[in-house]
Amino acid sequence: MDILNALVAFLNFVFIPAAAYGAQLALGALGVTLIYAILRFSNFAHGDTMAFGTAITILVTWGLQSWGVSLGPLPTALLALPVGIAATAALVLGTDRAVYRFYRAQRAAPIIFVMASVGVMFVMNGLTRLLIGVDEYRFDDGARFIIAVRDFREWSGLAEGLALRSTQALTLVVTVIVCAALFWFLNRTKSGKAMRAYSDNEDLALLSGIDPERVVRLTWIIAAGLATIAGTLYGLDKSFKAFNYFQILLPIFAAAIVGGLGNPVGAIAGGFLVAFSEVAVTYPWVKVAGYLFPGWQPGGLLQLLGTEYKFAVSFVILIVVLLFRPTGLFRGKSV
Amino acid sequence: MSSNRQASAASPWRAPILFAALAVLFLLEGTVRNGLFSGSWNTALAILNMGLISAITALGVNMQWGYAGLFNTGVVGFLAIGGLAPVLVSLPPVQGAWDAGGPRLIGALLAGLGTLALAKIVYTRTGRIWAMALVLLAGLVAYRWLFDPAVLAIEANDSARTGNIGGLGLPVLLSWIVGGAFAAAAAWGVGKVALGLRSDYLAIATLGIGEIIVAVLRNENWLARGVMNVTSIPRPVPYEIDLQQNPAFVDFAARWGFGAAEASGIWVKLCYMSLFLVVLLGIILLAELALKSPWGRMMRAIRDNETAAEAMGKDVTARHLQIFVLGSAVIGIAGAMMITLDGLMAPNSYNPLRYTFLIWVMVIVGGSGNNWGSVLGAVLIWFLWIKAEVWGPNLIGALVGPLPEGDIKAHLLGSAPHMRFIAMGLVLLLVLRFAPRGLVPER
Amino acid sequence: MSDQDAVFGHRGNRDRSVVNPKGRGSIDGTRRSGSVGMGQAGDPFLIGEGMTGGYGKGADILHDCTIAVERGQIAVIVGPNGAGKSTAMKAIFGMLTLRKGSVRLDGRDITALNPQDRVKAGMGFVPQVNNIFPSMTVEENLEMGAYIRGDDIRRTMEQVYELFPAVAAKRRQAAGELSGGQRQQVAVGRALMTQPSVLMLDEPTAGVSPIVMDELFDRIIAIARGGLPVLMVEQNAKQAMMIADKAYVLVQGANAHTGTGHELMQNDEVRRTFLGG
Repeated sequence: MDILNALVAFLNFVFIPAAAYGAQLALGALGVTLIYAILRFSNFAHGDTMAFGTAITILVTWGLQSWGVSLGPLPTALLALPVGIAATAALVLGTDRAVYRFYRAQRAAPIIFVMASVGVMFVMNGLTRLLIGVDEYRFDDGARFIIAVRDFREWSGLAEGLALRSTQALTLVVTVIVCAALFWFLNRTKSGKAMRAYSDNEDLALLSGIDPERVVRLTWIIAAGLATIAGTLYGLDKSFKAFNYFQILLPIFAAAIVGGLGNPVGAIAGGFLVAFSEVAVTYPWVKVAGYLFPGWQPGGLLQLLGTEYKFAVSFVILIVVLLFRPTGLFRGKSV
Repeated sequence: MSSNRQASAASPWRAPILFAALAVLFLLEGTVRNGLFSGSWNTALAILNMGLISAITALGVNMQWGYAGLFNTGVVGFLAIGGLAPVLVSLPPVQGAWDAGGPRLIGALLAGLGTLALAKIVYTRTGRIWAMALVLLAGLVAYRWLFDPAVLAIEANDSARTGNIGGLGLPVLLSWIVGGAFAAAAAWGVGKVALGLRSDYLAIATLGIGEIIVAVLRNENWLARGVMNVTSIPRPVPYEIDLQQNPAFVDFAARWGFGAAEASGIWVKLCYMSLFLVVLLGIILLAELALKSPWGRMMRAIRDNETAAEAMGKDVTARHLQIFVLGSAVIGIAGAMMITLDGLMAPNSYNPLRYTFLIWVMVIVGGSGNNWGSVLGAVLIWFLWIKAEVWGPNLIGALVGPLPEGDIKAHLLGSAPHMRFIAMGLVLLLVLRFAPRGLVPER
Repeated sequence: MSDQDAVFGHRGNRDRSVVNPKGRGSIDGTRRSGSVGMGQAGDPFLIGEGMTGGYGKGADILHDCTIAVERGQIAVIVGPNGAGKSTAMKAIFGMLTLRKGSVRLDGRDITALNPQDRVKAGMGFVPQVNNIFPSMTVEENLEMGAYIRGDDIRRTMEQVYELFPAVAAKRRQAAGELSGGQRQQVAVGRALMTQPSVLMLDEPTAGVSPIVMDELFDRIIAIARGGLPVLMVEQNAKQAMMIADKAYVLVQGANAHTGTGHELMQNDEVRRTFLGG
């Protein structure tokens, strides 16, 4: 019984939250890694792209809610998501046309794109603030739990409860669908292969008749879609606050680099690795330990690091991976 | 070739004219009162003082980027760790804090560093990851065993007023150098790891360390009281209240036609300004001398053709580490100066957008690789950043004036201060597009 | 340091956590094509006539240089190092700014077309280096070669595999993992997938062993005998002339000698100056 209790506590406090968080990071890291692979720079505006897409989604959600539209047990935001993706795609395509395209034509060094992305980050940050302000919003509606703590206790007779929030389940389901669709697109369709070809060898792709501008546009649209979905899922699961989306840039970059920059599989693996480590290191294990070793009275909470240092975890994983595998877990394009 | 190519031989008058224009802006701010300017010398000097600190920060970033192409995204962290110095150096010691846990705390920190060093030695000697992990785990346990009780004891000591380890009670000016040393030490640690890999990973590593340093300041109450803030950090200049009670000063102010309150504010700010100018000019002098020395020629050679420099036997990684540490030290000095100017350590105010990326805007707008350009860019961008907060709402107010009262108008007016983010982004993008070498291009 | 780097200044930045230099291109893909004109009567199948020009706004590298290929023939460009051999081929392919001269293919004047449109006009080009997609499989490399085609490509793919049986066995393997000679075969196969009307090879045998080189030459002859004209830049002048229907010897960006491969092999001056006696 105690082992089961320990397992349930682990699932409830570590596994499920980390899986949902990892899925959100993975989606964000996929966008970063795609832009790195194809446009060849790290997009510092990605966090703010996520925030912008989420802000639009929230505004549309509020609109739908005020008209009384809902999806029943599912959050209304799912209905609003396509609008958010479309608006974000339009914004990033406009940005590319106004900002990045010039440097592409000039064949400027990729670091110049990084600098430009800092400018874009400021603009997008301001736009999001103009749109929705700097406050914290919750916008999840519909059913809150798939498994509620009390129901689980009654059903299982265990002392520990298990909760599965609908936003967490939704995150995982959506992530699986999005990743499957993305890999199908990249590996099976002509356009997806063209994107990979362009990433491998720009000149040869051009000489094969692949339109580089079309590849770039596709990349931005996919990145905008991934960013909006990641941002909305993160916002549904936790809450929306523009500044948090700026801060999430570090774990997202860490995930993309740990997995091997430019490698989509790596980005997903990196996202889950970062998330699981972050949650595992900042979780107070005293409860789980109490079930596993009933006689033991540990002095503290058995928490390796306070939650306020969760960013340190991304950092340490990053350093450790890079020290031992400079190209990331999966071979990226970075070295 | 392209439409945006700047004349490679810029006019020698370019920089002086731009600096004069900047001076006019500050004169207007000090003298003219209208929708654009405040007409207050106190405001003008306050902007200028912070602008000078930004200029020193920008100089540090410019050393790293301009001379070596290092992309530091953790400026905020180096500013913050520099800002720790005034707290630890110049605050009076806290009664009983040292006795409560000082030695144990030092022991814990030594144990932490020792563990890292030992882990590295074990790994290089044996090459076994598990042995190193074992050392790290044992070290962590030892560290927490020493550290946790010490922190509890220190934080319990008079927690309402202090609860931190306290300072050494030394002059605050000394802390500026210590701030530089703190930042240099942190930079050495990061650089050693991030530059030493097969290819460098400095951007992401500095992004991480920046967040971590700020998190440490925010949460380690024993260090600088965390989010409870440290106030009344000693000043290197007189206090306004003392000046106002000094009859000689009041007379002096009256002769210039100022009230005592206003004049005391201006006087204090002028004192700060002089101090900052001395530091700024000193750093520029040293930087320019260094650039003209054989060392500077070598740095430029590495920057312009790393492969050739490497072939000539130059250790590129070591040079990069050197300049990264130097630049970070300058940023740390600026961080210490900023805390001294504010007289307040408030870790929550360290926002990367403001303290990392705005500094980057300053460097790029001013002119990468040019020290005077960085100074110009920093003061100008800081002026715009502050004034945009005023101009944005005024502009929006004028634009939405004809609109009927309502939610939309209220929303637009309410969010007008955020316009400055868009404005700064646009300034950066426009400069990068039409004058990529900056306002004062590198010679 | 290129012009662009002087303007934008990347300052030797090599930070792999923010920039990805791998696979970065050098061709400006945003350049638009001009219009296609009429060819001239009596033209060879492909001719670059009186070409004068250089890279970007740099100095001229080619001076009134003329290269032509007839249907079903092999033409080679040979010459000493730095003679502008590859440059001449790139000029025909539209990667150079031409100040004088024109390029005409199959009765059309294509001087104003950008490289990607020349591919669509029927040119198959195999660059000297970076001529495969290393992380994609052999089969995907061939598919990408046929990117502009809307019809069924399986037949062409089978032909390529028949031509290069060694790579057919490795069709599911990443092209970057193959040996040097096999990579060149993939590269040529990729160019053939467009069903070009002329095949242009830039030093196809650079850096491969002599045995592999002989095999590659055999394949190239087979391709030409199949009716596809081949224009080739070659470092190994002797072998190249032996298989060439027409050879162009370039010196300092200008035509020095022109003739059939056999004629040039007999030419004393050619033999003395760079065939080594």
